[in-house]
Amino acid sequence: MTDTANLFLEVDNLKTYFFLHEGTVKAVDGVSFNLYKGRSLGVIGESGCGKSVTAHSILRLVPSPPGREVDGKILLHLHEGSNGSSTEEIVDTLKLERNGPKMRSIRGKEIGMIFQEPMTSFSPVHTIGSQIMENLLLHTPGISKKEARDRTIEMLQRVGIARAHQQVDAYPHQFSGGMRQRAMIAMALICGPSMLIGDEPTTALDVTIQAQILDLINDLQAELNMALMYISHDLAVVGEMSDEIIVMYLGLVMEHASTDEIFDNPLHPYTLALWRSIPTIEGKLERLTPISGTLPSPFAHIPGCPFFSRCERRIPGTCDAALPPLKEVAPGHWVRCVLY
Amino acid sequence: MLVYIIRRILMLIPILILMSMVAFFLIELPPGDWVSTRITQLEMSGVQVSADEAARLIAQYGLDKPMPVRYWRWVEGIVMRGNWGFSMQWNKPVNEILAERVPMTIVISLSALLLSWIVAIPIGIYSATHQYSFLDYVFTILGFIGVATPGFLLALILAWVLFAKFGFSMLGLYSREYLEAPWSFAKFLDLLKHIWLPLILVGMGNTAGTIRVVRNNLLDELNKQYVIAARSKGLSEWKLLLKYPVRLAINPLLSTVSFILPGLVSGSVLIDIVLSLQTTGPVLLRATLAQDMYLAGSIVLILSALTVVGALLGDLLLIVVDPRIRFGRAEK
Ligand SMILES: Nc1ncnc2c1ncn2[C@@H]1O[C@H](COP(=O)(O)OP(=O)(O)OP(=O)(O)O)[C@@H](O)[C@H]1O
Ligand SMILES: [Mg+2]
Repeated sequence: MTDTANLFLEVDNLKTYFFLHEGTVKAVDGVSFNLYKGRSLGVIGESGCGKSVTAHSILRLVPSPPGREVDGKILLHLHEGSNGSSTEEIVDTLKLERNGPKMRSIRGKEIGMIFQEPMTSFSPVHTIGSQIMENLLLHTPGISKKEARDRTIEMLQRVGIARAHQQVDAYPHQFSGGMRQRAMIAMALICGPSMLIGDEPTTALDVTIQAQILDLINDLQAELNMALMYISHDLAVVGEMSDEIIVMYLGLVMEHASTDEIFDNPLHPYTLALWRSIPTIEGKLERLTPISGTLPSPFAHIPGCPFFSRCERRIPGTCDAALPPLKEVAPGHWVRCVLY
Repeated sequence: MLVYIIRRILMLIPILILMSMVAFFLIELPPGDWVSTRITQLEMSGVQVSADEAARLIAQYGLDKPMPVRYWRWVEGIVMRGNWGFSMQWNKPVNEILAERVPMTIVISLSALLLSWIVAIPIGIYSATHQYSFLDYVFTILGFIGVATPGFLLALILAWVLFAKFGFSMLGLYSREYLEAPWSFAKFLDLLKHIWLPLILVGMGNTAGTIRVVRNNLLDELNKQYVIAARSKGLSEWKLLLKYPVRLAINPLLSTVSFILPGLVSGSVLIDIVLSLQTTGPVLLRATLAQDMYLAGSIVLILSALTVVGALLGDLLLIVVDPRIRFGRAEK
C-alpha cells in the first residue's frame, strides 16, 4: 500500500531495549511498518512480545532509564496550515528530546492514545472534565476556559456519555469502566489528532461494552480520518478493527499482511498456532489448542528464530542457526520463516 | 456531608468524657497520694507531721472524699468554671501553670511538623524522581540516621557544642532578660533565635519518616497509568509531577497528622527537659512522679483532647482533598 498523500507514520527498524541488572531485554528488535490516515493497523501477539513498547516508543513514553530506543526511525508526516496550501514537515521522533517541547506538542495533539486499564487512566482526585480539558488547553493557544469546557462537553456527548454537562464535573470513581473508557477516548481525541493508538483499550471491559467501544472507535476513526494503531491479543477484535495486521513475537514481526490475507492464508507457524488457540469467529466452541511450550525468557539471547523452541515445523540446524529475514512471499504479505 | 461532619463532632463528646475518666483514674492508680508522698518526704528530712496535721492536709485537698466524688468535682470545675484544679506540688492553680505551656507546646509541635514537611516533601520528591541516584542514597542514609538518633542525645550534644564553642546558650526559649518580660517584638525575635534548635530536634525523626513515606508513595504513583496518560497529553514533566502524582502521594500525610501530634508531644519530653523548654512535657513528668494528680490529669486530658481534635481535623482535610472519600462518606 503506497499512498503518499495519506502517509502519516513510518516506523523503520525500531529497536527499543531495556537495560536491566539481570541483562538486556530486547523488547522491540527491529520493527517496521507504515501507517496511513484513514487506515488501521492491528498489532497482535502474546503478552510480553513488545506491542506496548512499540506504541510507547512512537510517543517516546518508554521509561528511560531503563529503556532506550537504540536504533531506527520513527517518521511523522505532519501537515501545517489550511488544507489547500498545507506544508509537510517530517519529524523523526527518535531525534527529539524525550519530554521536550516538540515531542510534547505532538503528544495529545497529533497522536492520541487510549490505554488498557480504564479504571486507572484518570487521576482519582481530579474531575473527568478537567483532565480532558487540559489536553485542549495545552494545545490550543488562546482558548478560553469556557470554550474549552463547552468543547469538552460536546466531546463527552459525542462519545456517548449521557448528561454530559453534569458528568463533566464528575470524578472518575463515579464512572463505570465503560464510561471511563469513553471518557478516555474523548480525552485522546479532543484535539482532533491525526492518529490514534489503542493499546488493548477493551481488554478490561465486558463483551457488550467492548463491542460498543469498538464501534465508537471505528466511527470516530472514519469521521476524523485518523490513522489507527490497534493493539490486542484478541484476534477477533483485531480482525474487526484493522485493514492490515502485524503479528509480533519477542520483539520481532513474524508476519505482516492485509487482514483478509492473514485470516484466509496465514503462513507463519506462530500465526497458525495463534489462530488455533482462539474460538472460531462463527462462535463454535472448538477445542482450543494453546500454543505448546512457554515463552522464552526475555533475557534469553536466541541466535535463530525465537519461535524455534515451540514450533511444530522446526528444522533443527537451520531455524536455530540464524534469524530468518522478513520475506515478501506474495505482494504485501511478509513472513519471517525459512519455510517460505 | 454536613451531617457527617456534625456527627463526627458530636462523637467527640463521649470520647472526651471517656478520656477524662481514663486520665483521672490512671493518675490515681499508683498506691499512695500526694499527701502521703509529701509526708514521707518531710519525715525523711526530719520533720515530724502530727496525725492532726495530716488529716487537715488530706481534708484541704479533698483527698478524704471517694474517688468518683473527686473526679466529679474536678470535671465540674473544668466544665462549669474552666478551673482545672489546684496543683499541690506548685501550690498554684493548674490554669496558671499551663496558661503559657499548652500554647507553647502546640506551637512547637505544629511548627516542628510543618518544618518537617517543608523539608521532607521536596526531598521525598527528589528521591523518588531520582531513584538510586547518589543524592537519593545520601538522603536515605541521613534518613536512617535521623530516625535512629534519639533527639535528646542530639539536643545534649548540640546544646553543649553551641555553648562551649560559641558561648550561645540554647537552653530555654528566651534569653534571660526576656524570661519574665511581657510580649513584645523584641521578645518575639528572641524567641525566633532560640526556637529553631528545638524545632529541628523535635521534627528530626518525623522528617526522616516523612521522606520515606513521600518517596515510597510517589514511586508507587509514578508507575500508575494515569501518569502515563497525562504525559501522553503533552504535559510538561514538572507540571505533570506536581499536579498529579505528588498530590496523591502527599494526601495520606494529612491522615497521619493525628498520630504524629501525640508522638511529637510525648517524644519530645526528653528534648524539652534537656533544653529546659517551657512546654508541658517536663511538667507532666514531674507531676506524675509527685502524684500531683490534678496537674498531671489536666495535662493528659488536654493533650489527648488535642490529639482527638487533630485527628478530626486531619480527616476533614482529607475529605477536602480527596473526592473519593468525600463522596464515599457523604453517600453513607
Ligand atoms: N519499564 C520496563 N522495564 C523493564 N522491562 C520492560 C518495561 N516495560 C516493558 N518491559 C519488557 O519489555 C517486553 C515487552 O513488553 P510489552 O509491555 O511491550 O509487552 P506487550 O506485548 O504489550 O504485552 P501485554 O500484552 O502483556 O501488554 C517485556 O519482556 C517486558 O518485560
Ligand atoms: Mg501491553
